[in-house]
Amino acid sequence: MKSLAELQAIRDKARGKVTLREGQDDAIRVLVGMATCGIAAGARPVLTTIVDEVAKRGLQNVMVTQTGCIGICQFEPVVEVVEPGKDKITYVKMTPEKAVRMVNDHLVNGNVVTEFTIGANSK
Amino acid sequence: MYRSNVLVCGGTGCTSSNSELIIQRLKEEIAAKGLEQEVNVIRTGCFGLCALGPIMIVYPEGAFYSMVKPDDVPEIVEEHLLKGRIVKRLLYQETVVENSNSVKSLNHTPFYEKQHRVALRNCGVINPEDIDEYIAVDGYQALGKVLTEMTPQDVIDVITKSGLRGRGGAGFPTGRKWLFAAQNQADQKYVCCNADEGDPGAFMDRSILEGDPHAVLEAMAIAGYAIGASQGYIYVRAEYPIAVKRLQIAIDQAREYGLLGKHIFDTDFNFDIELRLGAGAFVCGEETALMTSIEGKRGEPRPRPPFPALKGLFGKPTILNNVETYANVAQIILKGADWFASMGTEKSKGTKVFALGGKIKHTGLVEVPMGTTLREIVEEIGGGVPDGHTFKAAQTGGPSGGCIPASQMDVPIDYDNLIAIGSMMGSGGLIVMDDTTCMVDIAKFFLEFTVDESCGKCTPCRVGTRRLLEILNKITSGNGTLEDIDRLEELCNYLKENSLCALGQTAPNPVLSTLHYFRDEYIAHVTEKRCPAGACKALTNYYILEDKCKGCTLCARNCPVGAISGTVKKPHVIDTSKCIKCGACMEKCKFNAIVKR
Repeated sequence: MKSLAELQAIRDKARGKVTLREGQDDAIRVLVGMATCGIAAGARPVLTTIVDEVAKRGLQNVMVTQTGCIGICQFEPVVEVVEPGKDKITYVKMTPEKAVRMVNDHLVNGNVVTEFTIGANSK
Repeated sequence: MYRSNVLVCGGTGCTSSNSELIIQRLKEEIAAKGLEQEVNVIRTGCFGLCALGPIMIVYPEGAFYSMVKPDDVPEIVEEHLLKGRIVKRLLYQETVVENSNSVKSLNHTPFYEKQHRVALRNCGVINPEDIDEYIAVDGYQALGKVLTEMTPQDVIDVITKSGLRGRGGAGFPTGRKWLFAAQNQADQKYVCCNADEGDPGAFMDRSILEGDPHAVLEAMAIAGYAIGASQGYIYVRAEYPIAVKRLQIAIDQAREYGLLGKHIFDTDFNFDIELRLGAGAFVCGEETALMTSIEGKRGEPRPRPPFPALKGLFGKPTILNNVETYANVAQIILKGADWFASMGTEKSKGTKVFALGGKIKHTGLVEVPMGTTLREIVEEIGGGVPDGHTFKAAQTGGPSGGCIPASQMDVPIDYDNLIAIGSMMGSGGLIVMDDTTCMVDIAKFFLEFTVDESCGKCTPCRVGTRRLLEILNKITSGNGTLEDIDRLEELCNYLKENSLCALGQTAPNPVLSTLHYFRDEYIAHVTEKRCPAGACKALTNYYILEDKCKGCTLCARNCPVGAISGTVKKPHVIDTSKCIKCGACMEKCKFNAIVKR
């Protein structure tokens, strides 16, 4: 070990290993429907894409987790975004490509991707 | 990138209840479901709630599964890790939220809410066998700061100002100890770590070594810089195989990263650490005996002065600190002396780890700010005394400590208050006793321990402890006299004043404190030949209550010596001359007709 900068570099690289374990009460929760219907409709690649994108962009305040069937199986894969103090946003018929845009527009920039939401798709 | 972390406790408690097999099954099931790239399984140190082991926590949800069996693993993987449905029946009950797929945060449960984790902050959070994880939680930052920004005197000043006192039991101010060693000039100095945790019932040092070994290494290097030492020794019990293994892994990794060795952080500071395994003698926890043992000689204490700060290991200036003391050091450097001094009482700063054991619901490790009362620890964090019994006393400080009776439960616990009420902090073992515990018997238990562990070098301890035990045996077998109690007290005071080392000086404490608070029990043993708690076999007899006995014959059939007689549907009788007091009849009786008195 030659310098503090070298230690810092190891620290930054290893951070990702442990951040998941720090409970955050005010985190944005991203819930991916992973019941049988969701998995059959392709929720797994959506989930992994979201996890990778969140990590790639270093979003500290986002917790990605699975949830069960919420009863709208025809719209799976369903992704819900729950922000403290805001209305829940429900995205439907998600794909990995849509997920990338959702992370970028919604989680990073705070703009809900209205065209992917259940409101735009159930008409 | 993993989306989920599964932490499984790899501390000694959970390992002995099969957590290794759980980890193995988890890995198999996760592979079978094709989740290896998504879910990371980590073996951590102790979470503290040992009573509920084996313990598993799944993040990011923070689901805390307790008493997990290997056969539960497929369900957890299928339901939780694959489908995201938390397996409620396995959750720690305090964290269950009705009608919801989320859980209550562990920090809001009674066991953890009042705790404040400083020394244990990484236990159960990081993988102790991976130095990167320690660095990720700011590990070795304090060492870097000390070497690049601070002088040795600065380091000593910060530690002194923080008010940190030795966590091994005596509570000597750590900063002052370091200052003495720094002031003594010598060609070689040593930094030692006392990991020879020997008190029955204490396991906090073990958990720190198993859960966060790098914290100890980092602090020893900081101490080495402060006093001008280049070599450290950790004296650890050979009976702690997991701790020894993880310490060795940690030392190897630190050397590989250049955090131990030559020119650390490109400075002139060199420091290395070696392990020395103790063979399990209690006296080797005493500082001079420990150093004698590291030197390769028989572990016996020697008179002080000279103190180790002047002439310690190999005759050179040496500091010796306990594991838990070291576990606080890096945090103090990073967060400042004022932060540490803001916790605790006027003369005892920071937090203390207690190992809760005995008659208590939540057996385990708890870390609370100094000044927390015994009532808070036992009733709120520990969940109280189980099975409807009442709290009688708590024993702190192991064989060197004493008892705290129920009347003193609201005294804020710190070094000085405990001494004032006749006990001591000790390493932090806290054994809870209920109304079925005989206080004379407890004193006898600890005396048996010190008789075994006395090294024999000085007469007061070698002979005195044995005589004390003989008197206690006489009392518990119903042959004692009132003069014996006086003689017991006199001999205790003689031992305190004349023994060579702390082992003998403190050996009478369990007797003196029980005599102080529970003298009536001693007197009942002597004058009435009765054990009020019903624990001393020689003084208790089993009787059948005539009005409650239904004559079912169950007791008579289970008595191993045929001491119970009677006919069907008629009250039975125990022949006390034949009875061996095994208690089998009382256990079997369905009508509570058998009593002990």
